[in-house]
Amino acid sequence: MSAILEVNDLRVAYGKIEAVKEISFSVGQGEVVCLIGTNGAGKTTTLRTISGLIRPVSGQVIFQGQRIDGVPAHEIVTMGLAHSPEGRRIFPRLTVEENLLLGAFSRTDNGVKDDLQGAYELFPILGERSRQPAGTFSGGEQQMLAMGRAMMSRPKLLMLDEPSMGLSPLMMQKIMSTVKTLQAQGTTILLVEQNARAALKLADKGYVLEVGHIVLEGTGHDLLHSDAVRKAYLGED
Amino acid sequence: MDLFLQQLLNGLTLGSLYALIAVGYTVVYGIVQLINFAHGEVFMIGAFGALATWTVLFKGQTGLWVLPFMVLGAVLVSVLVAVVMERVAYRPLRHAPRLAPLITAIGISVFLQEAVRLWYPGAKSALPFPQIDLVTGAAFQVGGITVRRSALFVIGSLVVCAVVLWFFINRTKMGRGMLAVSQDPDTARLMGINVDRIIMVAFAIGAALAGIAGVAQGLQNSNIDFYMGFLAGLKAFTAAVLGGIGNIYGAVVGGLVLGIVEAMAVQFIPGTFGGSPWKDVWAFALLIIVLVFRPQGIMGARVVDRA
Repeated sequence: MSAILEVNDLRVAYGKIEAVKEISFSVGQGEVVCLIGTNGAGKTTTLRTISGLIRPVSGQVIFQGQRIDGVPAHEIVTMGLAHSPEGRRIFPRLTVEENLLLGAFSRTDNGVKDDLQGAYELFPILGERSRQPAGTFSGGEQQMLAMGRAMMSRPKLLMLDEPSMGLSPLMMQKIMSTVKTLQAQGTTILLVEQNARAALKLADKGYVLEVGHIVLEGTGHDLLHSDAVRKAYLGED
Repeated sequence: MDLFLQQLLNGLTLGSLYALIAVGYTVVYGIVQLINFAHGEVFMIGAFGALATWTVLFKGQTGLWVLPFMVLGAVLVSVLVAVVMERVAYRPLRHAPRLAPLITAIGISVFLQEAVRLWYPGAKSALPFPQIDLVTGAAFQVGGITVRRSALFVIGSLVVCAVVLWFFINRTKMGRGMLAVSQDPDTARLMGINVDRIIMVAFAIGAALAGIAGVAQGLQNSNIDFYMGFLAGLKAFTAAVLGGIGNIYGAVVGGLVLGIVEAMAVQFIPGTFGGSPWKDVWAFALLIIVLVFRPQGIMGARVVDRA
């Protein structure tokens, strides 16, 4: 399987504090890959660097064969890499529909209207409340909106940062099954999660981050059953 | 009653001018949380741009057809100055502490005033602004009220600008992008929005309206000078804060309220504290009262900074 995204020896720092220390990993075309780890492990920093919000100190990010480290964030979206950020970050004072249309900001083709319908089919609640300000939504609904918004750019690779954060178990299941659906539709997904169990269950491949390093990698299944992960992240003995 | 209506009209005229300038403060603040204290100078330069257009291309003409060209000249010069200012002076300070761009703004303000004073021919003293048919000249009477022709231009400009601005912000992709940047710049970048370009557009919009206000002020006052941006800028800034800084409709409402309060204070406050010498006192007193009792302004929603 050819890699759609390759991260080589990436180092990222906030001032003098190094948040990510030489990590390397890859995401294959069509895969769901997850990064798991505790708070402060560097997961969010990694995603923010890939999408261009932060410049790395050194290392490479290669997307579809092209280096994108140093490319401005707004151009990276246009290349087909969408990032649904931690905490959802929907635009609270804009309506659902305006939020979704912003997801398609970088596009100039005529398919935006169709994709809007597509997003409403994926998440019917968004269609029912398309004129409502997004800030009035519950956490789960906001997460659906954030995912729908990210999909509006027609990404080849979708990065989801903690989509299950603060959601009820039921809503979390819904979000995770949507990840499966999107994968089946051909989108590659890089998933960052604290909920290791849910993430590893559906991931083809997983990486475990600890204070800026990748300490473990393997298939989702293997990680789920490895002793180290079970002890540290799944709370089992 | 006539007196009241008369002062209401005068207040609306003055307020429309404030509002046109105030939009520039608020639009830029809404996007980059920067008070561009050089914005009053952009207004002044707009007036000089209109005068220069007339002097170079249409000297001696008084036909109404000249006015659109003067407005265009004013807008072009204002927008150019504002965009260059943003690019050269503010953009390098984007991540600097807030005090740095604030002081820079004051520096730009002095620079622009002095540049016009020294380099615009004859600008060391006030310059006469061209008289244009229909929009200047003898006032007319409606009932018991004296209506100055330039007042119609000012109020009309505000109405047209407000409608165009509303359409731009709510109905165009670029406008939606501006709203997104004002709510969450980082996430806006993830949507593919070029934040630097949006900031430039915000400066340009404010400058265009300030340029139109410059023409309006020229027609109203029949002369212009390099210092006219100072007090007008300060008043417009007051209007923007009054309405709720960052809120465009707030700037319009704040401008109109401020204009009307000034006009009414001049007329209806009796004794020592009344009359035109005290109008600025009442204007700024209003600001203080609003800041004490409603610090977010008349239409402002929140005052908390984004984390």
